[in-house]
Amino acid sequence: MARPLVLLTLALLLASGLYLLAGLGPRWQFVLTLRATRLAGLVLVGVAVAVATVLFQTVARNRILTPQIMGLDALFVLLQTALVAGLGPVGFALLSGPARFTLETSALVLAALLLFGTLLGRGASDIPRMILTGIILGVLFRALSGFLARVMDPNAFAVVQAESAASFGRIEPALLPVAAAVTLAVVVAALWLAPRLDVLALGRVAAVSLGLRHDEMVLAVLALVAVLVAVATALVGPLAFLGLIVVALARPLAGSDRHLPLLVTAMLLGALVLVAGQTVFERALGQQSTLPAVVEFLGGLVFLGLLLKGRIR
Amino acid sequence: MIEMNGVNHSIGRAAILQDITATLPRGRITALIGPNGAGKSTLLSLIARLEPVQQGQIRVEGLDIGQSDSRELARRLAILPQNAGVMSRLRVRELVGFGRWPHHQGRPGPADRRKVDEAMARLALTDLADRFLDQLSGGQRQRAHLAMTLAQDTDWLLLDEPLAALDMAHARALMAELAALRDAGRSVVMVLHEINHAAAWADHVLAMKGGRIHAEGTPAEVFTPGVLEPLYDMPLRIAQFEGRPMVLHHL
Repeated sequence: MARPLVLLTLALLLASGLYLLAGLGPRWQFVLTLRATRLAGLVLVGVAVAVATVLFQTVARNRILTPQIMGLDALFVLLQTALVAGLGPVGFALLSGPARFTLETSALVLAALLLFGTLLGRGASDIPRMILTGIILGVLFRALSGFLARVMDPNAFAVVQAESAASFGRIEPALLPVAAAVTLAVVVAALWLAPRLDVLALGRVAAVSLGLRHDEMVLAVLALVAVLVAVATALVGPLAFLGLIVVALARPLAGSDRHLPLLVTAMLLGALVLVAGQTVFERALGQQSTLPAVVEFLGGLVFLGLLLKGRIR
Repeated sequence: MIEMNGVNHSIGRAAILQDITATLPRGRITALIGPNGAGKSTLLSLIARLEPVQQGQIRVEGLDIGQSDSRELARRLAILPQNAGVMSRLRVRELVGFGRWPHHQGRPGPADRRKVDEAMARLALTDLADRFLDQLSGGQRQRAHLAMTLAQDTDWLLLDEPLAALDMAHARALMAELAALRDAGRSVVMVLHEINHAAAWADHVLAMKGGRIHAEGTPAEVFTPGVLEPLYDMPLRIAQFEGRPMVLHHL
């Protein structure tokens, strides 16, 4: 194993240990259970977002895009707004955690596949058109949920606001087994596909010339991305820039554009950023701010930096 | 050989190719020439299976490209890509190594490594083997891509305007390299805009206009005022230089 990977693994173990054990206090069994649950959620989200971003950037042939640019987070918010508007705040609260999770995940995956499916009807070759369509759909979804929010009653709107902001505090323990199983399956698939992803990243002409079934591969990879985004978004809410920041840092660390080292590095780094960040916020800063806000702020800076350095490709 | 039979292609309502029936010979350099919008690049991308064949049939060494397994075709037909996609942090040796992918599907053996070394040596890339692609000049990068298609070890090599980004010296070197490959038994099909390169190096010329085949034959047969003037809709003088036609299109 390469040295950066060893260091990342050690750092992740250290951060996890600190998060679990620092300042336990007398009622440690209760606190430890609570923390272990949240730790598992953080690791899952970090891994899911990192892998989704690597896969998406390979398909989109672009290093400043995240799956959120396809309008997936906006679709998630619209979905929840519609759910609250349809069921009312009481009905929404009555729907059990795993049921809501399954509903949201399958709806997101279905919508994403429908979106990609129609876009890919003409062939996956037209990636810029796909991304433009994604941006336009994102605006449409946001406008629709804004409209719904305006016509619904204020109590329901308060529920929507609480649900649609990203938060690591609201990870529900009941969701974790399902989310973990799904994420594990997708990550194994991505690692297994790594050599093919390398060929895909060479561009369409090279990939076809080398005998890769390019268009089918693009569709399969996009489906994996949709599942991962659905998992992460349903667990903690929309996170536009976490993937960008993690993958931008992972590329130089991995020292190669090959997918096997890149995926593993990005996964470890994604989990590390969330666990270490949350440890600092909960233990050192006494919850003065929220981690999503800081990750998004730093991610925005990385995004601007990449743009200004001209690293579009 | 590559046989095209009744190939029609349209985008929306615009007919791009109409009733193309032709045979491209084995062991030769075939040049596709013609004015802009003649359908040369479309025809090449159909042969390369980058676009699906809408109507008609294209067969490479007897394999129908619409029906055959893409991996099977990848062992017979290689296409020179114009750029490396997003993989800029890729060493020359790694890129050339991808050429062996149709043969080993991710598990290279000693024979694959030998072919990669041979392809790099042939294109004078051995000294650059450990350089990253983004540290190469445009001409070197194209050579690295050509080495990848060489390592693929196919009978057929397709190139779409390979001279577009090259200066005179690199353009001539590339054509000479392709001629050497032809002499080694490979078959080359290329879209060429620089008509005198076609006149000097091609064995077989397919002239296209308005989506149809305008003329077909050896350079001596095609490079005559009677064929080329209606092809390009301009008066042309054609000289002979060392037994090859030379089109004085700039005068």
